Amino acid sequence: MNRLTLAGFLIVTLLAAVLAGIRFGSHELTTAEVLAALTRGDVAMHRDIVLGLRVPRTLLGVMVGGGLALAGATFQALLRNPLAEPYILGVSGGASAGAVIVISLGWAGLGSWSLPLAAFAGALLAIVLVFRVATATGRAMDVRVLLLAGVVIAAFFSACIAFILSMSSARTVQNAVMWSMGSLRGASWQSVLLATVYTVPAAAVLIGLARPLNLMAIGEETANYLGADVEGVKRTALVIAALITAAGVAVAGVIGFVGLVVPHGVRLLIGSDHRALLPLSFLGGAAFLTLADLIARLALRPGEIPIGVITAFVGVPIFLVLLRRSMGPSLGGT
Amino acid sequence: MKFESRDLVVRYPGASQPALNGISMEVAGGCLYAVLGPNGSGKSTLMRSLMGVITPDSGGAYIDDREVHAWDRRELARAVGAVAQSETVSFPLTVREMVAMGRYPHLGPLSGEGDIDREAVATALSECDVTDLASRDVTTLSGGERQRVRIARALAQQPRALVLDEPTISLDVRHEMAILELLRRSADSGLTVIVVTHGLDLAARFCDSMMLLSRGKVAAEGTPAEVMTEETLATVYEWPLEVATDPVSGTPRVTPQRVSPASSRAVR
Repeated sequence: MNRLTLAGFLIVTLLAAVLAGIRFGSHELTTAEVLAALTRGDVAMHRDIVLGLRVPRTLLGVMVGGGLALAGATFQALLRNPLAEPYILGVSGGASAGAVIVISLGWAGLGSWSLPLAAFAGALLAIVLVFRVATATGRAMDVRVLLLAGVVIAAFFSACIAFILSMSSARTVQNAVMWSMGSLRGASWQSVLLATVYTVPAAAVLIGLARPLNLMAIGEETANYLGADVEGVKRTALVIAALITAAGVAVAGVIGFVGLVVPHGVRLLIGSDHRALLPLSFLGGAAFLTLADLIARLALRPGEIPIGVITAFVGVPIFLVLLRRSMGPSLGGT
Repeated sequence: MKFESRDLVVRYPGASQPALNGISMEVAGGCLYAVLGPNGSGKSTLMRSLMGVITPDSGGAYIDDREVHAWDRRELARAVGAVAQSETVSFPLTVREMVAMGRYPHLGPLSGEGDIDREAVATALSECDVTDLASRDVTTLSGGERQRVRIARALAQQPRALVLDEPTISLDVRHEMAILELLRRSADSGLTVIVVTHGLDLAARFCDSMMLLSRGKVAAEGTPAEVMTEETLATVYEWPLEVATDPVSGTPRVTPQRVSPASSRAVR
């Protein structure tokens, strides 16, 4: 498929998803009522639902989904592994542990500026640990080592969260559960602003690194020979991808598999040139999470499915297919 | 370009013996230079040290009299095309995209590929006989095809020197000869070419001088005729062999001897 065709398709899908996200919700409004709420805003309840809840929620889905997909594509290039993804690597877990610590200490409510920073610290710690463990074995690019490292790191952080929660008040527990399930429910204009302020510049930096990431994706030694500043690119990209993940986790909790499904799909269609892959993954992730949230809100109306359930239902089968392929038949005897 | 190493010592963490133990060498422009030696003798380590990917414990590597780490990586990539022993491509990538990566050090941060770049890529593709594969996915190629694509990428860098780690591994006769002829032509046109290889006979036919490594030390250095003596090779490779002059090419030719089953097990 042509890159521009895919870009056009994704933009149209994203716009449609955003419009649908504003049009539909747990509260049944007619199109006319939604339009009236957007323009005149004379019915206070409708205005609150549409402008206060649906629009920020939809925009938050765009930011978080785009950010997670971009972070996934970046981790995959750096680790040369299509299975690398913020959730699988334990980066989201680290971010949520950071967030929960800050909340339980009473330093922050949802939407505060300190929350993403704490999440960032946790995410950074997680990715550094995973990288260290995976590199220390001397088989950094071995799928099994990487996945095991991610699983163990994630288990450690969820133990941390459980420990903190067992010492905390019931209200904190309720608040913190959102971080482990993942939801766009807490969306507000403040959280949209927060996510945007962190995600957009970070996305720009990562897309700017597309060319060296192309080289990194075929091996660090080769990237070196082709003139890439391997250590610099690696450090910058890891930190920025952790930051994007943390911003997403801080406002929407842990949502898995977006960073796996979306770059995989984009790669299948247009190949692995990161100059196209990264921006298109952002668009794709934004559309994917917005649609997933729509399903989360509508499928069991008036109840809600945690959005992480939907992304996992889509993501796990794709993960298993990829795992099978990357383990390959050569492992049959070992 | 001139490559030089002075008393290079490289020690890997946890290893009892240094991987390189005092290697000094000099390769001048226009020279096709082969690095030979048994498995684990330090050939790849030497190549990585020359290219500045490994920092030596002592001694140094110099390219055109400048310490290799003092080179800007992009500047070095414009001057020297290097191909590592192996690389894993885990994502779909076309042959053309792969070869075009050789243009990376020539491009500005925002500039796209121009006519010069496309021409360099096209020339490199045809020199390595992979033009027909240009639109194929690299991950679907055979080992030999992939090897040629990687050499084409180094040529697309339009370098003044080539440093290649086992470039002809898994190539058939025709493509092995074609690559070696290409390297010979490159050297004749003034490029410095350093090749790590296991192919003694072909190295003898194509290279100007060679180095034989053994356990991180230089066992012999000089012209093929000087290095490839029965005594030296048998000692270094720990295998009985005969060296004769090939009647066709007039260069040394090595014939390893058969030994009885019992002693062959003992060597393993």
